[in-house]
Amino acid sequence: MAEAMKQPAAKRSASSFADYAPTYGAAAALLLLVLANVLLTPNFADVDNFRNILVQVTPTMLVAIGMTFVIATGGIDLSVGSLMAIASAVAAISLDYGAYPAILAALLVVTLIGAFSGWLISAFKIQPIIVTLALLIAGRGIAQVISNGGQLIPFSNPSFEFWGKDSLFGILPVPILVMALIIGLAIFILRATIFGRHVIAVGGNENAARLSGISVNRTKIMVYALSGLLAGIAGLIYTARLGASDASQVGQTIELDAIAATVVGGTALTGGRATVIGTVIGALIMQIITTSFNMNGIKFSYALVIKAAIILFVVYLQRPKSH
Amino acid sequence: MNIEPLLRMQNIRKVFSGVVALDDVDFTLERGEVHSLVGENGAGKSTLIKVMTGAYNRDGGEMFYEGKAVNFRTPEEAQNAGVVAVYQEVNLLMFRSVAENMFLGREPRRFGLIDWARMYREAGEVLRNLGLQIDPKAILGSLNIASRQMIAIARGVSLGAKILVLDEPTSSLTEREVSLLYDVIRRLKEQGTGIVYISHRFDELYAVCDKVTILRDGKFIATRPLAGLERIDLVCLMLGKQREDLEKKGATAFGEHHEAQISETLLETENLTRGRRLRNVSLRAGRGEILGMAGLLGSGRTEVARAVFGADAVDKGKVSLEGKQLKLNSPNDAIKAGIAFLSEDRKAEGIVPEWSVRENMTLAALPALTSLGVVSRAKQTEIVEKFMRRLGIKASSGEQKIRELSGGNQQKVLLARWLCKNPKFLILDEPTRGIDIGAKGEIQGLINELADEGLGVLMISSELEELVEGSDRVVVMRDGECAAELRGKDISQDSIIKAMATE
Repeated sequence: MAEAMKQPAAKRSASSFADYAPTYGAAAALLLLVLANVLLTPNFADVDNFRNILVQVTPTMLVAIGMTFVIATGGIDLSVGSLMAIASAVAAISLDYGAYPAILAALLVVTLIGAFSGWLISAFKIQPIIVTLALLIAGRGIAQVISNGGQLIPFSNPSFEFWGKDSLFGILPVPILVMALIIGLAIFILRATIFGRHVIAVGGNENAARLSGISVNRTKIMVYALSGLLAGIAGLIYTARLGASDASQVGQTIELDAIAATVVGGTALTGGRATVIGTVIGALIMQIITTSFNMNGIKFSYALVIKAAIILFVVYLQRPKSH
Repeated sequence: MNIEPLLRMQNIRKVFSGVVALDDVDFTLERGEVHSLVGENGAGKSTLIKVMTGAYNRDGGEMFYEGKAVNFRTPEEAQNAGVVAVYQEVNLLMFRSVAENMFLGREPRRFGLIDWARMYREAGEVLRNLGLQIDPKAILGSLNIASRQMIAIARGVSLGAKILVLDEPTSSLTEREVSLLYDVIRRLKEQGTGIVYISHRFDELYAVCDKVTILRDGKFIATRPLAGLERIDLVCLMLGKQREDLEKKGATAFGEHHEAQISETLLETENLTRGRRLRNVSLRAGRGEILGMAGLLGSGRTEVARAVFGADAVDKGKVSLEGKQLKLNSPNDAIKAGIAFLSEDRKAEGIVPEWSVRENMTLAALPALTSLGVVSRAKQTEIVEKFMRRLGIKASSGEQKIRELSGGNQQKVLLARWLCKNPKFLILDEPTRGIDIGAKGEIQGLINELADEGLGVLMISSELEELVEGSDRVVVMRDGECAAELRGKDISQDSIIKAMATE
């Protein structure tokens, strides 16, 4: 039963194109969207406007990057919005101790909660969608308890607000800087570090990963902790920009945008294939749709429907062609 | 009077995207007959069952049920006609009652509502008829696994089944529970139900079945009454061996018998036990020795490998390497100690399909190639180049995706995954299954070389030639136990088959 050797040369170029095709599709969609807006939307092609889009996309972007790691293992994290709220509330009530202790406390809490869901998922084999759904519900409640029943907590703390409102050299908003840094780090971690390789291996073939000595449980716990940490940073930046903590509103339904951004970017929901750059593109697509509809005075409710249509279309373009 | 058998399948053919899964298979089942289907992996048992019960549509052949030509297009159609497959208890609803499970989807109704009284009554009748003392109102999840298994059967009976297909019905039962199953089967037999019984355990076949049909590589081999059929002949039929062929030599790249002088014990297991799958398995393997392991499907050979590697938790038992006892908590412990394990299931447990040759090959070695958390691409490439050359892996480059390679080359990459870690003990589960002849010979030659270099090798294989010519010693597994240990001149296909088959 001789197995025919496949032709490596021809096969290879085809496959490496297929590898990036999903991301190319998303990139093309983004380009098209920008072009259409430059032509049709007044004042779209304006530096201020681009800066504004980037500041606005920051929370979704950070959460989506965490989501990319989670989805790469074949899981999902619905709790990110509630974790943003918890981070926001914890920081707001502890600002009296100083901006940095408050930031540290907030990030520590959400990272631990993320690790806790990872533990439930890996040690007890509960489905990620169930664990994080439970946390989506409970987390919002916890955030409201912390913030005294979900009241708006205004604050005035310049060194905290710096992270949301200030600009470096008067032109580069701090959130954009943080976002760029995290994007760069995430690309590096996923591609070059042992943790990133383990994440993809666990999603690509969990049995093979386990039999190769990878601690599947630890990898999953770390992935959910990372998602919690990034949701926390997103929540703090959002809160700092607002100048108040709004535990009942911050991060509402952000998990849906984050999942959409990840999937549109070409990360496979089944795990084992993930691209941070794709997610960055996906998040930008989501944000530009929202912004351009705002600028054209189209109702938000229409924007939702069109967003959904674009998601379906891009994902349709990326569907697997063979096997 | 009815002279037609209950079910007659003739010249059944089934093709999956060009691969012939069933070729010209005949199967006949009489009323009140328990008929076993046997065969090794890929023989076509489950495909035949699925054709029989409407889960697959056949591509050729005819099927007569109670004398009439039938063509079940869905499992539902087959079920309504009385041909029911009983799968493992996992298909039941844990939080509903016994009766609800039995009548799921066809609950008796009155005025559009479920007639609970009637449902419990009828469920109770069916259970009593089978000699089962189970309360129809009990919540399924509160029952033990054996009872759940019986409920799955009772569900089939209450559907009015004339043919019941039992696929590995005892795999999760204890010995006492198995006898309960036998009682149920005997009652069904008396009532004229035809039963298709699939099991790897010979003891069960001989205890409960009237006839056996043997399949091999999708082909019909024979149907025989079990009474008077010697076990060794049954094994020969399953493996496709003539008893007189068993002396043939030189069919593998191991050449003539591999003979090593073993002085030092490398790996030792003591009383490895895991439920009924492994029972007090104690083995010893020497440095530089190729220890062959034979056994039919389900005999416990893969379970031994997984237990030694820490992949499955054992109930009791010890494993030591170089005299040091190992923790058996996870594969990671075994790997750190210097054990490597090539799984028999390349696709499910070996390759990461979307990854390149480089990433697949270095998966287990990553910690050694990493400094400050960053994986060194240069070190990866070094390993990949070395082993692609050494094992003659045919790929356009280390960056080609592994799923594009042939089975033999995939297997070589997975072997390299372990060899690059310089293991002390190598467990190979079916190292040459499903790969082309060229790669097969190369891998066999490599195993020989590795043993000569001082590695200990446990080689599990279904290919008797490979075991006979490659092993220094052969352990034969049967029903989770070491049934025999053969060495030197005693190692022959004949002696292995005998040990596989008989008490």
